[in-house]
Amino acid sequence: MSRRRLLATGIAGAIATAAGIGSTTVAASDGPAPRSKFANFVKTPWGAGEHLTDYGAITTYNNFYELGLGKEDPQRNAHLLKPRPWTLSVDGLCAKPARFDIDALIAAQPLQERIYRLRCVEAWSMVVPWIGFPLAALLDRVEPLGNAKFVAFQTLFDPKQLPGQRSPLLEWPYVEGLRLDEARHPLAILAVGLYGEVMPNQNGAPIRLIVPWKYGFKSIKSIVRLTLTETMPQTAWNRQAPREYGFYANVNPAVDHPRWSQKRERRIGEFFRRDTLPFNGYGEEVAGLYAGMDLTTWY
Amino acid sequence: MVLAEATVAEVPPRRAVRRRRFDIVGRVVKPALFTLCLLPLASLAWGWMHGSLGANPIEATTRTLGDWALQLLLLTLAVTPARQLTGWTGVMRLRRMLGLFAFSYAVLHVASYVILDQFFAWTAIWADVVKRRYITAGLAAFLLLLPLAVTSTSGWVKRLGAPVWRRLHRLVYPAAALAVLHHFWMVKADVQQPLVLAAALALLLGWRLIAALRRRGETQRMARATPSGKA
Ligand code: HEM
Repeated sequence: MSRRRLLATGIAGAIATAAGIGSTTVAASDGPAPRSKFANFVKTPWGAGEHLTDYGAITTYNNFYELGLGKEDPQRNAHLLKPRPWTLSVDGLCAKPARFDIDALIAAQPLQERIYRLRCVEAWSMVVPWIGFPLAALLDRVEPLGNAKFVAFQTLFDPKQLPGQRSPLLEWPYVEGLRLDEARHPLAILAVGLYGEVMPNQNGAPIRLIVPWKYGFKSIKSIVRLTLTETMPQTAWNRQAPREYGFYANVNPAVDHPRWSQKRERRIGEFFRRDTLPFNGYGEEVAGLYAGMDLTTWY
Repeated sequence: MVLAEATVAEVPPRRAVRRRRFDIVGRVVKPALFTLCLLPLASLAWGWMHGSLGANPIEATTRTLGDWALQLLLLTLAVTPARQLTGWTGVMRLRRMLGLFAFSYAVLHVASYVILDQFFAWTAIWADVVKRRYITAGLAAFLLLLPLAVTSTSGWVKRLGAPVWRRLHRLVYPAAALAVLHHFWMVKADVQQPLVLAAALALLLGWRLIAALRRRGETQRMARATPSGKA
């Protein structure tokens, strides 16, 4: 149930919501957007043996403040976002800055399915079969210059489509960043779908970042722009609460969020909490990126 | 004085009044409110049975119970101002029930955290209590509410004596403030709801403060008007 609605309508509304009146009409009134499947993608060995989180849970339990604060608000407001036509521009320190039409970009990239664990900073997790392509493939096309050290990402700014941008919770648009070597890591992908289907709006359509060894908030949604930079870019949550959200934000059970523990997590759909793994279990692949760094300082 | 005596003479004996008049608070308002207070719980039970609590039903349960604990606590604090504003004394007969419902939801909220969320992982719970200030505040609020719930019966009012009992039950103010703080410290960035509840609490406490200052002013004025202390 929406806590905002509960507030907006006062006690009477609260009682109605608590009684279950109204909460059922929500699901009925905003029928799912038409779902279309990708014709071609290759499966990859990632995530073999993982139990996939339900499509329903993945698409109704979202942190996407631009579409509302409650976990179910993004799904409810998903229709406001128009993911086509869409242009993704790449600029900054690169030899061939470019603007890509989303469909042309997708058509030009061989798509893969990557089954990844997603660990939210709020101590819950999911397993999602993403459809996408390596971020490195896009970076290769624009040919980063030698002095490029970082990639900055930016979400669409349009309060009509993303009404959450009207309230000053974060500084909009949402921005994120990776070190260039992180961005080039084969695990980092740009995702354009999940469960073999085109990305649902509430999950960050039409194109979003997935960096599975970092907390979910690094995996910025509905991207319109990438910029190659020499200096470390600002990131939205770091700007809002620097002590709570670092630039790196690698999943790390040894470094607690100042306000809650990161040692264990609840896998959505399971009753018992499970232990959180360093780098979300991708340590073998990515730990080398941080050799010699004190991960308590660089959280 | 004459007037007062005349009125008394006209009014029939008290017992007769009680027999004739329908006890609307006891017969209607209280049972209705009792049922209303059970609705959030019923709705949660219904949600568990039908799987309609979303992708994370445990979080939804803890939160819904916490929300109602706090909202009912604030509603309890609104009873006295409501009487003062409307002059309807019947509303006072709802206060104990509201307070006990607030406490019951707090107990269920804490149980939901200990059982559903942490499943008795006492080391993790203890770490939460000492390291997470929002949990520390929640526990402090809960511990303050506990003696109030225990001494809520008429027996305890008699045993303690009304002045002591009243003073003890002023613990409800810090308890409510700690609960609001607990809520405020928990959220990431969406402070809207905790702010609304904090404003409600400020209003309820501000009302009492003003009333107390006024009473004090009046006593002082009266004391000045009668310097010798004689009426
Ligand atoms: C030992 C005492 C307590 C503990 C351990 C505790 C624990 C928690 C936890 C873990 C949450 C976050 C739930 C989640 O996000 O999954 C929470 C939220 C909350 N708690 Fe408590 N709590 C305690 C006492 C109280 C008391 C006494 C009240 C009110 C009278 C209260 C009111 C709330 C409220 C209003 C929320 C926010 C719910 C929301 O976000 O909608 N808590 N509490």
